[in-house]
Amino acid sequence: MSAPTSDPDPPRRATLGSLRRLAPYAAPHRVRLIVGGLAALLASLVGLGAPLLIGAVVDGPIARGELGSLPWLVLGVLALGLVEAVLITLRRLLVAHPANAIEAAMRDDLFAHLQRLPVAFHDRWASGQLLSRATTDLTTIRWLFAFSGLFLVINVITLVVGIGVLAWLSPLLGAVVAAVGLPLAGLTLALERRYSTQARTAQDRAGDLATVVEESALGIRVLKALGRSRELIARFLADARRLRGTELAKVRIMAALWLLLITLPELAIAAVVAVGTAGVAAGSLTLGTVVAAITVLTYLIWPVASIGWLLAEASNAATANARYWEVRDIPPSIVDPPHPRELPTPVRGEVALRGVRFAYEGAEHEVLRGVDLTIRPGETMALVGATGSGKTTLTALVARLQDVTAGSVTVDGVDVRDLRLAGLRTAVASAFEDPVLISASVRENVTLGSPGLPDDAVWEALRVASADGFVAGLPWGLDTRIGEQGMSLSGGQRQRLALARAVVGRPPVLVLDDPLSALDVHTEAEVEAALRRVLGGVTALVAAHRPSTVQLADRVAMLAGGRIVAVGTHHHLLATEPAYRALLSTPDERTQVQA
Amino acid sequence: MTTSEPRTTGTAGTARATDTGEDVADTWRGLAAEDDEADVLPTRAGLALQRRARALVADLARPHRRALVVAAVLLVVENVAMLAGPLLIATAIDVGVPAALAGRPGPLAWSIVGYAGVGLAAALLRAGFLVLSGRIGQDALLDLRGRVLTHGQRLPLDFHESYTSGRLISRLTSDMDSLNDLLEKGLEGLLGALLSIGGIAVLLVWLDPVLAAVVIGGFVPLVVLTRWFQRRSRASYRRTRTSVARLIVHFVESMNGIRAVQAFRRERRSEQIMRGLGGAYRDANAEAFVAAAWYLGTLRAVGNLTLAAVLLLGAVRVADGALALGSLTAFLLYLRRFYDPLDQLAQFFNSYQSAAAALEKIASVLDTPIGVPEPAAPVALPRPTRGALEFDHVVFAYRRAADRTVLPEFDLSIPAGQTLALVGATGAGKSTLAKLAARYYDPTGGAVRLDGVDLRDVADADLRRAMVMVTQEAFLFSGTVADNIAMGRPGASREEVVAAADLVGARAFVEALPEGFDTDVRKRGGRLSAGQRQLVSLARVVLADPAVVLLDEATSSLDIPSERAVQAALETVLADRTALIIAHRLSTVLIADRVLVLEDGRVVQDGSPDELLTVEGGEFAALHTAWRDALT
Repeated sequence: MSAPTSDPDPPRRATLGSLRRLAPYAAPHRVRLIVGGLAALLASLVGLGAPLLIGAVVDGPIARGELGSLPWLVLGVLALGLVEAVLITLRRLLVAHPANAIEAAMRDDLFAHLQRLPVAFHDRWASGQLLSRATTDLTTIRWLFAFSGLFLVINVITLVVGIGVLAWLSPLLGAVVAAVGLPLAGLTLALERRYSTQARTAQDRAGDLATVVEESALGIRVLKALGRSRELIARFLADARRLRGTELAKVRIMAALWLLLITLPELAIAAVVAVGTAGVAAGSLTLGTVVAAITVLTYLIWPVASIGWLLAEASNAATANARYWEVRDIPPSIVDPPHPRELPTPVRGEVALRGVRFAYEGAEHEVLRGVDLTIRPGETMALVGATGSGKTTLTALVARLQDVTAGSVTVDGVDVRDLRLAGLRTAVASAFEDPVLISASVRENVTLGSPGLPDDAVWEALRVASADGFVAGLPWGLDTRIGEQGMSLSGGQRQRLALARAVVGRPPVLVLDDPLSALDVHTEAEVEAALRRVLGGVTALVAAHRPSTVQLADRVAMLAGGRIVAVGTHHHLLATEPAYRALLSTPDERTQVQA
Repeated sequence: MTTSEPRTTGTAGTARATDTGEDVADTWRGLAAEDDEADVLPTRAGLALQRRARALVADLARPHRRALVVAAVLLVVENVAMLAGPLLIATAIDVGVPAALAGRPGPLAWSIVGYAGVGLAAALLRAGFLVLSGRIGQDALLDLRGRVLTHGQRLPLDFHESYTSGRLISRLTSDMDSLNDLLEKGLEGLLGALLSIGGIAVLLVWLDPVLAAVVIGGFVPLVVLTRWFQRRSRASYRRTRTSVARLIVHFVESMNGIRAVQAFRRERRSEQIMRGLGGAYRDANAEAFVAAAWYLGTLRAVGNLTLAAVLLLGAVRVADGALALGSLTAFLLYLRRFYDPLDQLAQFFNSYQSAAAALEKIASVLDTPIGVPEPAAPVALPRPTRGALEFDHVVFAYRRAADRTVLPEFDLSIPAGQTLALVGATGAGKSTLAKLAARYYDPTGGAVRLDGVDLRDVADADLRRAMVMVTQEAFLFSGTVADNIAMGRPGASREEVVAAADLVGARAFVEALPEGFDTDVRKRGGRLSAGQRQLVSLARVVLADPAVVLLDEATSSLDIPSERAVQAALETVLADRTALIIAHRLSTVLIADRVLVLEDGRVVQDGSPDELLTVEGGEFAALHTAWRDALT
């Protein structure tokens, strides 16, 4: 299960007050937002003016039967109506840009933040959980600015003013409405609180469901091979059913809210009609006043009824906001030092590990327990060790994809933690066991962090990595889109692109994590030839588990029990280290006999 | 990943963007023959899709017919109740007040009590409708989720390869969200609005045809306006979907490839791209907002114009005595209620559009035929299954490249218990053979038989019990190490899990993990090395205990001692089972009883490893030499 659900103490409910944190994002747009809000408020108030004029029409021209003033009153209604329409248009035009710009800015910042969080964070969080924050949650926040937040404020003001107008028309009628309105407000808030708890649960459950969905698609080969689709479907349905339960709980709360929000205004109207018509019968009120009061009330039905779902929307937004900041508040642990040092120029490329220890977060067991290793400038050092001995972990320490828990890694004598990340990662290039391609052009896949490199440099890197041949054969050459949304490449092609990626910036230090695993004999030969060229003239650390890869190295270091137990040439180690022989000698005796 | 033939047909879907001042031009995406627009847009070609979507809705609704009728009745009655309100007020003013003035408070009291009663009833009906329709909607959504996931699981692998996991995931997440959004935000608003518009129109005509004529006159600009708005918003809605789809791809790929992003300092570049994509999305959305602003503003202007006209004409008619004052009041109240839902409709239009598009895309996945249908009358495999495999005149071509036959007339018989190794270059047909044996595909011609039973006649569950395939890609699911091993046989005891791990040599590393077998493997098994993941997937097979084992490069990431341990284990495990092994490492091949060297879908050599080694100039001997050379 992903971290957010196994979190022992997740934030359960987000209060509307927490929306304050959005202020910095709203600030650049405050003029538009405030003017837009004022326009909306004015529109609501102007809307309330029309019923008053209608009341005047009833009491004046209609009651007295003289139509002289009628055109003027109607013109008044018309004018108010047009002003209202203009204000409504204006409000919408004004918030159109800010609402979407705030969403985009928040997404940009989240994305930038996520890219700076360490690999350890990404190992813990499913990308689905992060994606839902960048899309669904931010959409909710967009609507808060565009609509729900604005109207929550405006409708409350309209409501208060409306009741004020009623009180001005007739204090008695105003009092009747206020008597109905107050309990309404209290009940609504209580329901909102329950709703927001369910909303958070629903969003988390949807995230869990997304994780199962991801596995169902990404693990399809294994599921088919073992015939375990049925178990996965059962797990999915159980999760989906729990989500349905939460959604239904939300529906029930919403239904209760509607019940309140529809009934009470209708009762208020009935009470106004009762009191008002009794007043007319008694001669204390005019018919026009009653008609105006009823019309005002009907104008208030929408603000009242809408408060239910506006509150729900706002509390969804508060939850979304909390989920957003939950991730934004995690500080990036691998950052530039406050007082960075510089690497000497040119970089010689000496890499040294001193007493390096490493344990994964939360694990007691140390993977590395005091690694000492020096790679001389220009030397290729192979790193071997049994499956799970920590080779990959060790390779991640040089470019600071992970930080050591104790000890130090230095490049040309400078601790990597004293270097700017950009500088360090320019000097040290990596390639990984699983070459990840992005859905973009070949050029983009090779240049990655250095856009704008001339095509010559790209082709040169491709040539070094023996990838120029097949790239030239692609329908649009360097412009061909590869990756999931483009053309699919074979394992060997992908691995060679990853090598091209590593050498395109001409780095003095290369760290390669087993670039030849997962390749068949023919492909391995191609990549091996490429690798031989790649390694020329740079300092390289190559994690390996095949003799063929090891033979590309000048020296070999053997990792066991979290320490480097032997360093030497392949032949020397074969001759002197029984453990090394066991690790890298012929796996099957029968062939030896035959040979 | 498989290599696909470069597609030279068709021109580029996206023209190369020219660098016109934008901070990131679109060129980074590169060119592809078929662009993802087709997936994103409900296009004109979508007429058939729309029909499919409608059929899907009907199908999902079928089990809820009765509840739907009840919900519809609730909604109609609620609307009638709501509509009765203003009439009762009119009665109070026109009949009740004069009567009360004349000393008879009865009619007034009744109409007020009636109004309150009708209001309460409407609210109760509304709440009832909400709960009921919520349940129907959520049930249907649950049903649909289950259907899509189940269908996705049954679709053939080549579908998954061309459709891509990202798209399938978005069918099951963001598309379902759109549907949920519609259910939550306002299916009832949509239906209720339509109903009340219709009801009010009828009432207006009944109350006063002359005034109603004024209102209906206002309809003309309304209809024109609405058509314009629909066109505009549909266009910007499409742009929104395209841009958000690209944004999602970029986001997910950056997160999943975070190692490369950080190692190659791609953060800046990647942020620039995100800004470009997010900016396109922002602008498309803002454009939709602007269209809505003009539409709704004009709508309100037309509504208010109508209101003033009705007031003018109505006042004259009341003064003339042609109309009662109460009726005019009712008319004005109805008019207000008439325009409010139109406003609402525009709000829900986006939800509705996105839900409709989502449904179309979901329907098209559900309509994709599954490659290997379950037999109507399954034939049971003999128990115990012996494991004799037979390829009888098998011809095979992948559907997406039907003109390229991978296996032309292939005959092979593997006796029960034999371990057969397949050797040959990429594209020789090794994996295809294994996939046919596992019935991931059905042969185009001929038959594959297990213990004499055509695989097409075997129920899927029965087949998977008898046969398991392990691939190079060792996917781990969320959960503990023990959970992952137990996938081989759900319900296996801890002892059995440990024993299986022990047999393949995985026990030592698992027990060294912080919580041993109960260690959470974390996202995609990021905590385990590639070799360790392969050991876990081999342990699954041991636990599954099938009669036939298919190993496709299953030990490629192991170090030599582990591989040796696995090979020793395999020799034990495979001793009394039929096995098909695809391996490029000869060490694995040498444990086989028999080796088949394939070339272009044909057998070029067939015999025991020892026999084949002695064939001078034979393909196997050549491979063996290459392998020996790599060691020294």
